[in-house]
Parts: sequence; structure tokens; C-alpha cells
Amino acid sequence: MNGKVSEKSLLALSHLGKAVDSLKDFPQSASEDEEAIDGERNHQKLLEKIGYLDGKNRQRLAERSEASLQVSEFSVSNEGTGEQLDLAELLGPIKSSSSLGTVKKQLKKVKNKKTVDLPLSKEERERISREAAYNKISQDMTKWDPVVLKNRRAAQLVFPLEQDGVLENCIGEVLGSWKARTPLEKEIFNLLHQNKQPLTDPLLTPVEKESLKAMSLEEAKQRRAELQKARALQSYYEARARREKKIKSKKFHKVLKKRNDKKILKNFEELRKVDPTSALEELAKMERARIQERMSLKHQNKGKWAKSKVIMAKYDLEARKAMQEQLLKNKELTQKLKVPSDSEHDEDAEEENGLIPDIVNEVQISTDGPNPWMQRNHGITTKTPPIQKEPLSSEESELEEDEKANEEEEALLQELIERRSLRKGSEVDQGSQKQELTTKAPRRTEETEEVLAELRTLSEQINKKAKKRQDGEQSVNSSSAVSKEPSIQREEQPSLDERPERVQTMEALDTLGLDEAVQEQKVLEPVAERRRRRRQRRREEEQEQEEEQEQEQKQEQEQEHRPSKQKSPLKKKKEPMAALHTIISGKTHQANPLSAPIVVEEEDCDEDATQRQIIKEAFAGDDVIADFQKDKLEAEKASKPKEIDLSLPGWGQWGGPGLVISARKRRRFLVKAPKGSARKDQCLPNVVISEKRNIQAAAHQVNVLPFPFTHQGQFEETIKVPVGATWNTQRAFQKLTAPRIVTRPGYIIEPIKEKDVESSPSHLGPPTLQREARLHGYSHPRRKGRALKKAP
Amino acid sequence: MKVKMLSRNPDHYVRETKLDLQKVPRNYDPALHPFEVPREYTRALNAVKLERVFAKPFLASLDGHRDGVNCMAKHPKSLSTVLSGACDGEVRIWNLTKRECIRTLQAHEGFVRGMCTHYCGTSFFTVGDDKTVKQWKMDGPEYGEEEEPLHTILGKTVFTGIDHHWKKDVFATCGQQVDIWDEQRTSPICSLTWGFDSISSVKFNPVETNILGSCASDRNIVLYDMRQATPLKKVILDMRTNTLCWNPMEAFVFTAANEDYNLYTFDMRSLDEPVKVHMDHVSAVLDVDYSPTGKEFVSASFDKSIRIFPVDQIHSREVYHTKRMQHVISVKWTSDNKYILCGSDEMNIRLWKANASEKLGVLTSREKAAFNYNLKLKEKFKYHPQISRIARHRHLPKTIYGQIKEQRIMKQARQRKEMNRIKHSKPGSIPFVPEKKKHIVAVVK
Repeated sequence: MNGKVSEKSLLALSHLGKAVDSLKDFPQSASEDEEAIDGERNHQKLLEKIGYLDGKNRQRLAERSEASLQVSEFSVSNEGTGEQLDLAELLGPIKSSSSLGTVKKQLKKVKNKKTVDLPLSKEERERISREAAYNKISQDMTKWDPVVLKNRRAAQLVFPLEQDGVLENCIGEVLGSWKARTPLEKEIFNLLHQNKQPLTDPLLTPVEKESLKAMSLEEAKQRRAELQKARALQSYYEARARREKKIKSKKFHKVLKKRNDKKILKNFEELRKVDPTSALEELAKMERARIQERMSLKHQNKGKWAKSKVIMAKYDLEARKAMQEQLLKNKELTQKLKVPSDSEHDEDAEEENGLIPDIVNEVQISTDGPNPWMQRNHGITTKTPPIQKEPLSSEESELEEDEKANEEEEALLQELIERRSLRKGSEVDQGSQKQELTTKAPRRTEETEEVLAELRTLSEQINKKAKKRQDGEQSVNSSSAVSKEPSIQREEQPSLDERPERVQTMEALDTLGLDEAVQEQKVLEPVAERRRRRRQRRREEEQEQEEEQEQEQKQEQEQEHRPSKQKSPLKKKKEPMAALHTIISGKTHQANPLSAPIVVEEEDCDEDATQRQIIKEAFAGDDVIADFQKDKLEAEKASKPKEIDLSLPGWGQWGGPGLVISARKRRRFLVKAPKGSARKDQCLPNVVISEKRNIQAAAHQVNVLPFPFTHQGQFEETIKVPVGATWNTQRAFQKLTAPRIVTRPGYIIEPIKEKDVESSPSHLGPPTLQREARLHGYSHPRRKGRALKKAP
Repeated sequence: MKVKMLSRNPDHYVRETKLDLQKVPRNYDPALHPFEVPREYTRALNAVKLERVFAKPFLASLDGHRDGVNCMAKHPKSLSTVLSGACDGEVRIWNLTKRECIRTLQAHEGFVRGMCTHYCGTSFFTVGDDKTVKQWKMDGPEYGEEEEPLHTILGKTVFTGIDHHWKKDVFATCGQQVDIWDEQRTSPICSLTWGFDSISSVKFNPVETNILGSCASDRNIVLYDMRQATPLKKVILDMRTNTLCWNPMEAFVFTAANEDYNLYTFDMRSLDEPVKVHMDHVSAVLDVDYSPTGKEFVSASFDKSIRIFPVDQIHSREVYHTKRMQHVISVKWTSDNKYILCGSDEMNIRLWKANASEKLGVLTSREKAAFNYNLKLKEKFKYHPQISRIARHRHLPKTIYGQIKEQRIMKQARQRKEMNRIKHSKPGSIPFVPEKKKHIVAVVK
């Protein structure tokens, strides 16, 4: 260390020796009394000055004229010598003494080294120090960024910032020091301890927390919703059952019972496929019911009702029918089950053979007299296959029937009958479905309960499924023994077989799979039929294309007409589809290359036509005029004043769920829309003049999107949400209207303190800060650079 | 069978005591309360109208000075005390609750150039044209005692401003240089200079207490660090800055009141461009003071008005003036964020409400809720033309009104000229200079 210092000093010395002092002081004040010396000095000066006049030797050398304390040992003066001091000269005397060897060595080293640069000027030095200090301080200042940011963003700031922070600590301290003294207090504390009531955070006990954890809110909500739905359904069913029970119509009950039976049977069929064991159980149950019936001798002509009917039967057709039905039922129920044997068919045949006489006998017995009407009817009905036969065996028998179909004439006959009855059933099903479809629209407009709607859809689905199954069976050409309904349309020609179905599928083609049920049916159709239809479709499409090229509207009409020709009842359903159809047809138009017809046209038309054709081709599909007209129509519709329904639900009647406003009331409180003046663009076909703008209101409306918002929706959203107590609960109102800055009157607000930096949250990262800074126009240059680096 | 009956829990409608409020069941179904936006709009319109109706900000005038009020100081511990120094060297201490002068002392000969209070509120300092710094006791002299300063420091040059450190027994004066003094010594701890010019005001940063800002007559603002005894940076503006004020909540932000009618809010870390240029005054801005919340500041101007600016906005939210108020030289925002004091040429100190339409006194909770709601509504619908028009409307003296118009025309002309110049010259040859950068001449390191 020491050596280094001396080395440095020596370096300076050498430097001094070489360098020439540029700053020279004039000789300081000389003592007054020594005049002789003074005179000499003056003379010397004069000489020097004369010497300077030649302009070569301008250096003036410093003169030390008096002893001073401030003389530095390093500032060796070379004054008077007239020449520069050389290091070698200084070193001369050292040579002799050996004790200064180390110094000599150092000096040698110094000689080899480079000289130090000139020290910076004062201004420069100050500038550097200023810059360093500034950088350091601005670096320090960044610690305030999160605090400042937090305060700028804060929804609410409460001043003075340092609230009495005593309270937070206070609770713990107080509780720690305080002890229960009175017996009551002790008791309470015991109780609290037993429940592990936390003292500092007394919101929830551990038990409560656990229970909260056990079920999340969403789960609970879901479960609650489920329960609610179930309850609603239950009450609905109850209500329905009650209603149905009250109905006095016997016919209705009869139908109901039949339906139920059918359903049970259906269920059983399904069950048999899915779960044979339970199906067996079910079968056993049915057996039991049958046995009971057989034992109880019900459905015979013994009862009071039956007797009365017997009396009535002579005169009343209805009574006769009822009688017959009862007898049939009796027959079904009391029929003894046969053990499934090897040759089913024989048995069937036998049964059929034996059927007619049996029934005739019975009828004769039961009705107490020959009734040709009755007899005939009965005979017809009994032609239907036996239903109570064990289904498992019946299916087997069916398979066997298929095999031997050609051989046995009777079996063929049977099958035919069955098929017809089946078709009838399916027709009925379809009919009901159609009815539902048509009735759905008006019904929907009414305010019906959701539950009802659900149920309806459910029933629809069931129907569809049933139909599907039937179709499936039909396609395999197997007969099923489901339909119990009397086949009245026996005389129907078998050639008409496929007709309703085909029409429907055509429909489906037109609407391109809008009706799911129909589509399902389509899938199940035999291949040949499908192929045929496809051919037909292709033909249709070609036709369509041609037509479209000519004129679109005409084609639309055509489209509307064609199905109506095919089947009139479907017309109703077809009409709303017209619009959709046009869209679809447009699509097909775009999708299909118009190769064939265009080529033909090109061949026989001239240049101009081809040009037109090209344009047509280019703009195929976008019909601007039609679009515009559609738009205009929509605009007109939208601008029309609407009716206002002022009826208040629950006003003047009992409230509660399932409230339905009566039509009368609605009519009474319906404010009809005024006619209004004619639209301005009524006579201008190519113009839409919007009449939305209300000049009176426009004065109150914001016409430019204000600054911080980037989208109209954002701004509208802020306006839409009401903040008043009229629309919000008290708590929400308070929260919404909390002022940005709260000050306590009479309190001095001190400037923010250093310790607030520590208490500020650290999660506010730099990127967010940067964004915020940009938003507010505050930014820090260094941060900016960093952010930019990060950005890509 | 389920039997449904009407059943009510008495807890829901029976009061425990008759002093309880009646429970009013309320159905918040939005269907039952339609037209929420129009209704709220109407309410907002009413609120903003009422705000204008009740906007009576002037509270009191404190008269007693016999010359223009040149400077003021807030008491750091007492809200009701304020000090003022006049151009005749008189210092008065006022009680704001009584609105009267509680003490008068002849502090200097000539102007009282600046005054500040000690951070603990026991004494205050004044500087005057007589080249002295005097420290005075806050409490008046005892009976029979003479009114004398605690200390008097005789300086070599005139002091033009003074400010006290917020935590230490240190104060800073300015004149030809910025001097930092220890209270116990008669010579400054250090003198900070950067060039030669007369410095008009010096202010300590209230948060980062070792940083000072000063503004000099050669149009610059200089920042200093007291610890390192060096200046930090200098920014030169178009025109002279009269005074500056630090934001008490944001350590690195300060606002400078400039002769060119504008105020400039700077971020200390990037002086090459102000964060905001606040422009509404029509004459030189003489003084500025931040609200203690740091969200707004008030400025006093030579145009005989004071204005309140939100920190992050260009234009003022409020302008106060009276017929008799002349050039406002000094302004202060009281420490409870409620009032504004301004001292003007015509010897009066005026007390204003910081929020013009605020109701003074204790508010009931319902009143508070109503005010909060109205405030929220005004904020929500502030972009609607009718509401903003009413909220913006102020009556101005003819002179100010005329000058505003005139200056608008001038500004437009300048803009037009600039646009024309850009239009008719080679593209890119005349750069577009944003408003913020226009007023900054240079930043000196």
C-alpha cells in the first residue's frame, strides 16, 4: 500500500517534471523595506520581459518568494534554472547511496508506465456526479410505483391513510388478557371452547367450515334445482291424476286403461330385450293377474253393469259394443296358457281354426240371442292375433313363420292381416304426431308451463321410438303382435302400402333433415327404395337448377306447389318451410357446379350471352336485390310499433307459480299499436330510410363514444346497470355508490409515509404498472425500455 | 297429499321493540321497476342541476392586512390556524373558525417574501426583503414580553423563498442560490448552485424529504438532493416558472406554475416531457398547492381567479372568482381537504370550499347516501351532453371570458398555421410536435 502511494507520488513528480506549468503566478508582494532587493528583482523582471518579446520563450516560471505553510513537498519548483527539470537529474544523487535501492527500483518501474490522463474539468466532474445522483434517486423512486398505482386504481381511498391500526391488534390482546370470572361467563366460554369457536376470526367454527367444504355451492345449487324440478313434476303428476280421476266419462277411462296396458306391454317388450330376468318376473306378475282375473270371474256378464248392458244391448249400439269388448277382454284374460311346444305354427293354425266357433258360442251365450251385427263385428275383431300369448314364444314363432311363409297359405293370410293392422297402428301414430306438430305452434304461443312442454316432448320421443321399432320390424318382414286396435280399414288396398311414408320422405328431402323423426325413418328404409328416391331427387335437382336460372321466385312457387300436389294435409307444414327452402336451394346452387346447363347454353349462344353468363356465374348465389328487399322488409317490420301487453300477472287473482293470465284479461289490457304515418321510403323501392332517430331524444344522447371506452357496448354496459336503491339492495346500493375519496372531517391528512411502501401489496407486477402508466400518461424511461424488450 | 297454506314467520314482520324501524319488504324484480336508465338519467340531471344551484363556494374573507398578501403558510398541527405575510412586512396569524386575526407582527421591512412553519408547529420562519431569515414562536409573546423573533439570520443577499424540511430541523432558502440551513447555525450547511440566476421558490418533497425542487428566473426548474449536496437535473421551459408544488401522495410528481398561463405536472424521473399540461388560466399562474389527497391541486393566477385541476386532467374542474378579488398571489389547500385559502393583491384572504356545492356541517346518514348517489349518477352520466353542459357551466367575469375567447382564437390561428405549413411543405420535413413537448426547451443533465 505504502509503496503504491509513493509510486503514485513519484509518477506525479515525473509528470510535473516533464509538463510545463501553464499557470504562472506573478511574483507575490515583496517586502517593502528591502528596496535594494526589490530593485534587483524589478531589473530581473524587466530582463525577462524583454526576453519574452522575441516570442519564443514564453514560459514564465513560478517563483517562490516567501516561506509558506502551504508549500507542498511535491511541488518542486524548477524556477530560475531556465530549463526543465529532468528525472534523471533528480536521481543523480541517489545513485551513491545504497539505502535507496527500493526507491530506485520503483522509479524504474514508474519510468516504464504510462502517464495518467488529465483530471476532468470541474464542470464535467459535476455533471457526472449529478447524473449519477439523479439516476440513483430515480431508481429509488421506483419503489413508490406500486403504492402510487394502487392508490390511483383504488375504488375507494380513505384519508387520513393511517387509520387507527390499533383495533386489529386489539382484539387478540384484549381476549388474551381477559378472563372469564362470573359463572355465566365461564359457562359461555366453555361452550365456545367445546365448539372450537375461533376467537380472532369469529365467523365460522371448524365444524361449520367443514360442512361448507363438504358441499360446494354449485353442487348444492344443482341439487336444489333437481329437487325442485322433481317436486314440480310430482305435483304436476298428482294434479293430473286427480283431474283424471275426477273425469266421469267412462270412455275416457277405458281408453286410458287400454293405453296403460299397451304401455305396460311395451315396457315389457323393452325389458325383455334389456333385462331378461326382470322380464321374467314381470311375466310372472302378469300371469298372476291373469289367474286372479280368471278366478274372480270378472268381465263376465254377471256384474250389475254387465247385466244392464245386456238389457241395453238390444237397442243401443254402444252398449253392444261395450259388451263385446268386455267379452273380448274376458276371453283374453281367461285364456289358458299353453306350454310352448315344438310346432308353434300348428298350434296357431289350430287356434285360429278353433277361434271362430268358440267366440260365436260365447257370444251366443252371453248376448242371449242371435245378433248378426254383433257376430260379424266380433268375428272381425277376433281375427287379430292373440296378444296374451307369451311374447318370447311368439317371436320365435314369427321367425318360423318367415321361413315357412310361402308354404302355408293361412300363415300368409295371417301375416297380411297383421301387417295391415300394424300399418294402421303406425298411421295412427303418425297421425297423432302430425297433429301434435300442427297443434304445437299455436299452443306454444300461449303461455304454457314448461313442465307440460317437457312432458309433451317426452311423449313424442316415446312415440318416435315406438314407430322406429315398428319400422325396423317391418323392414325385416317380421310380424309383431302389438296392435290391439280393431282394424277397421280392412278393405284398404295393399298397393297403397308405402304411400304415406314416401311422401314424408320427400318432405324430408325438401327440408333437408329438418324433421328428425323422418330422417330416422329414412335411415331404416330398404336400400332399393332409397336408391329409387335418390334418382328421383337428382331429377328434381336438375329441374330446380334450370328453374333457378330462369327465375327464382317462380321456382319458389313451384316448390310450394309440388308437395301440395302430392299430399294436401302436409301443406300446412310446408308453408313455413318455404323461406328456409329458398335458402337451402341457394346453397345447393352455390355448391353444385353449373357445368351441364351452362355448357349447353354456351354452345348455342353468341358472345354477348356468354359474357352475361360469365357474370352470372361469377355472381351466382348472391342475389343483391333480394337481399336488399329482405333487409328492407325486416327494417319495416322492426320499426312498426308493437302491441303492449299491460296485464299484470296476479292482479285480481291468486298469485303463485303456474299463473296463467286469462285471455279476457289480456285482451282487455292489450294496448294496440297505433297505425302511425306511412314510411318515408314506402314509394322508394331501392331505399331504406331509417326512422329510428328521435330528434327530441337525440339532444340527450351521447353522440360520440367517450374516451376511455373502445367499444359502444362497453359504454352502454356502464349506463345500463342501475345504481339506485330502487333497483339494488341496500348493501349493493352502498357498495355501488361508495365515493372515491373519503375524508374524515376535522382530521389533518399527512403526506404519505415511507412505511406505506412496505405495507403495499407486492403482487402488482411491472407489466401492469407499465400499462397503467401508459394509460395515465405516466411512464418511466427505463421501465419503458425493459417493457419494449419484453414485448415481442 | 300436500296441503299448501299461507304461513308467515313473525320474525319477518314483527319488530322486537317499537323503536325499531319497520321492516319494509321490497321486491327488486327488475320487471317491476322498469325504465331504470331513463329514471336514473332524470335523477342525474336533477342532481347536476342541484349541484349548480348549491354551488356557493365562497365562505369568508379575512381582512386586516394593509398591503397585498404575498405568502401564506398552513399550520402543520392545527386546522384552524393559518399564517399570512403581506407586502408591507406584516405577518398575521388567523383563526379560521372564528374568522379573525389572532396575532399580528411586523416581521420585516419591505416584503415578506416567504414563510413556512416548523414541522411540529411550534415556530415559523419568515424571509424578507431585508436580507434576513427570522424564526418566530407560534404562540404570541407573554404579557409584558416584546414581540421578538427567536432567531434572526442575516444573509448576504435577498431571500426570495423559504421552505422547511418535513422531518428534520433543517430549512432551505433561495435567492441567488439555494441554501440549506440547520436551525441551530447561522451559516448554511451547504449552498447549491447551478449557474447564476435568482431563484424564486424552493420546495421540499414531502414524501422523499431529502429532495428539493426550485425554480429560477432563467426559466428553469432544478431538482436537488440534500444528502449529496448536488443538483440533480435541470429542465428549461419556454417561460419562467413561478413556483412548484410536490404531490403529497405521489413522491415523484410535482406541478409547476408557469408564466405562460399553464401548469405542468412532471414525473421527476422523466423531465423531458410533462405528464400533463394543465391549461385554463388566461394569465400567469402565480401559485399552486396540492390537495392533501394528491388528487387535485389549486392554482392562483394573475387573472384574478383560482382554479382547481384534477391531477390527471388538462382542464380545470372549477374556477373561483369574485368581483373584488384582484391578482391572486398565494393559495393554499387546507390539510383536511375541505377548504381553499387564497391571498390576493387587494389585501384579503379568502376562504373557499374545495367542493363548491358541498353541504357543510354534520350530515345524516340519509343525506350522505343521497349525496353519494348523486355523485355517482353525475359520474355515470357525465358524458351525456345535457348533463355535461350543465356541469361545465360557470359564470366568468367579462375580462376572463373575453380573454378565453381571444386566446382560443389565437390558438386556433397558430394551429391552422402549423397545419398549413405541414401541408405545404415536403412531407416529413416539418415534424409534428405534441403539445407536451412544445413547452420544454431543454433538459440539462
